Amino acid sequence: MAILKTEGLTYTYSAGTPFEKTAVDNVNLSIEKNTMVGVIGHTGSGKSTLIQHFNGLLQPTSGRVLLNGRDIWEDKEKIREVRFQVGLVFQYPEYQLFEETVYRDIAFGCKNMGLGEDETKKRILETADMLGMERALLNRSPFALSGGQKRRVAIAGVMVMHPEVLILDEPCAGLDPKGRNQMLHQIRDYQKKSGSTVLLVSHSMEDVAEFTQKLLVMNHAKLFCYDDPPKVFRRAEKLQEMGLKVPQIAYVMGELRKKGYNIPQDIYTVSQARDVLLKLLGKGAE
Amino acid sequence: MLKDITLGQYFPVDSILHKLDPRFKIIFTMILIVMLFAGNSMWTLAIGGIFVLMAQLLSKIPLKMSWKSIKPILPVLVFTAILNLFLIDSGEELWSWKFIKISEGGITTSIFMIIRIVLLIIGSSLLTYTTSPILLTDAIESLMSPLKKVKFPVHEMAMMMSIALRFIPTLLEETDKIMSAQKARGAMLDSGKMMDRAKALIPILIPLFVSAFRRAEELATAMECRCYRGGEGRTRLRQLKSEKRDYIGLVICLLFLTASIAVNLLQTGG
Repeated sequence: MAILKTEGLTYTYSAGTPFEKTAVDNVNLSIEKNTMVGVIGHTGSGKSTLIQHFNGLLQPTSGRVLLNGRDIWEDKEKIREVRFQVGLVFQYPEYQLFEETVYRDIAFGCKNMGLGEDETKKRILETADMLGMERALLNRSPFALSGGQKRRVAIAGVMVMHPEVLILDEPCAGLDPKGRNQMLHQIRDYQKKSGSTVLLVSHSMEDVAEFTQKLLVMNHAKLFCYDDPPKVFRRAEKLQEMGLKVPQIAYVMGELRKKGYNIPQDIYTVSQARDVLLKLLGKGAE
Repeated sequence: MLKDITLGQYFPVDSILHKLDPRFKIIFTMILIVMLFAGNSMWTLAIGGIFVLMAQLLSKIPLKMSWKSIKPILPVLVFTAILNLFLIDSGEELWSWKFIKISEGGITTSIFMIIRIVLLIIGSSLLTYTTSPILLTDAIESLMSPLKKVKFPVHEMAMMMSIALRFIPTLLEETDKIMSAQKARGAMLDSGKMMDRAKALIPILIPLFVSAFRRAEELATAMECRCYRGGEGRTRLRQLKSEKRDYIGLVICLLFLTASIAVNLLQTGG
């Protein structure tokens, strides 16, 4: 069942002025429940504008956004409820921290939801565990933490609201490779445990190939496609025209295939590639 | 959105007034101010009026923009006019009720005051309409440079002004981002009682201050890395150059000033 749907979603910046620019152009989408979706697209393709429509931070110039089949702008007074159901973590979210302690900062969303103290505490501890934060961290000032820890605190601040849809804009930007990997695994674990829908905006084709089940590709304000990753990556040439790439390992596999090795199509992650190569080598040794 | 707030008032069109040396433009504005304040009759105001009208036409700034700069001070205008109307008691008494009196002198003074202030605003906003903020700070630095002799940190002041101007759009953008982020966590920014609204500002202001300090420190480090050490012996990208047209402008301004002083003297003399 579709949890998030858009119908003819269009957004124009500064309409009616010389600076008019259509950032999202007639997007029709239907995102299923309990999936991990990768959102990719070149800089300025309209990704960020698009995701800000999903929780009602931006109101479409025309078209509709449907959450569980209901137009989110049906009742303007209830737009705040929508923001609790669709959590949005901006790029570099660590710059939004403001409280005296990590605990209170994470609790900000719960407080706004009107949750009781016990429930808030339960949720915070649960989220902290999921993101691998030590309990002792919760009583420290968020400004005294390292960059990666701050990022986790900010993400926890949105996860703790238990949104049905969680959107993360480049959650790994600026993290070191180990931190990236850890973060992505934690996000996937969160998705599996909560059964929610997670939208992951990313520049890294490797990351989306490994961690997501669907890909949403934006190009020049339009929706290029919304499909399974292998199907998207098969259109490698088209992606390249848009300034995007396929995962690096796919190029390696492609070259090997050209050299005459028996390598199947649709190898887009390193672990798949390792299995295939081991099989090839194993046969060779026989 | 916050981005729509116009920064400074610079209105970029191609006109002779835009091309003038900003230092001269500041001086012209000062001459206008002297002219308007030293004048004591409608005649001097008329001369000032012609001067402002001429500048307005030369600048190619639409009259609508000038109206925009007068609008915010309308209350002040009305207030001055009313004060003058009732408090000045000279000439023939025209109307009275109990202790309130309106005299001929009162009416003329109110009109005089209104015209004076309007001319002043239009004239000085022409300066900011035709000069970009950066050029303006450069010009102020250059005009104030004699103060260096008395150890006044002119260059540092100008540098602070240009950095502040440069970062206004950046900080506005940042505010926009932080507001969106907190709204996404359910912050209520545009509803509730006074106290609630004030409290709602905390999640915006704290991150904003933190980031402003961070930026300041980064900028300072970057400047240090490039061996910035103040104004001494520093060359600039934009050289302020005065040309023939600037001097012609100055002569015209001085002619106006002389005319207005002459009218003043004639009035008091006669």
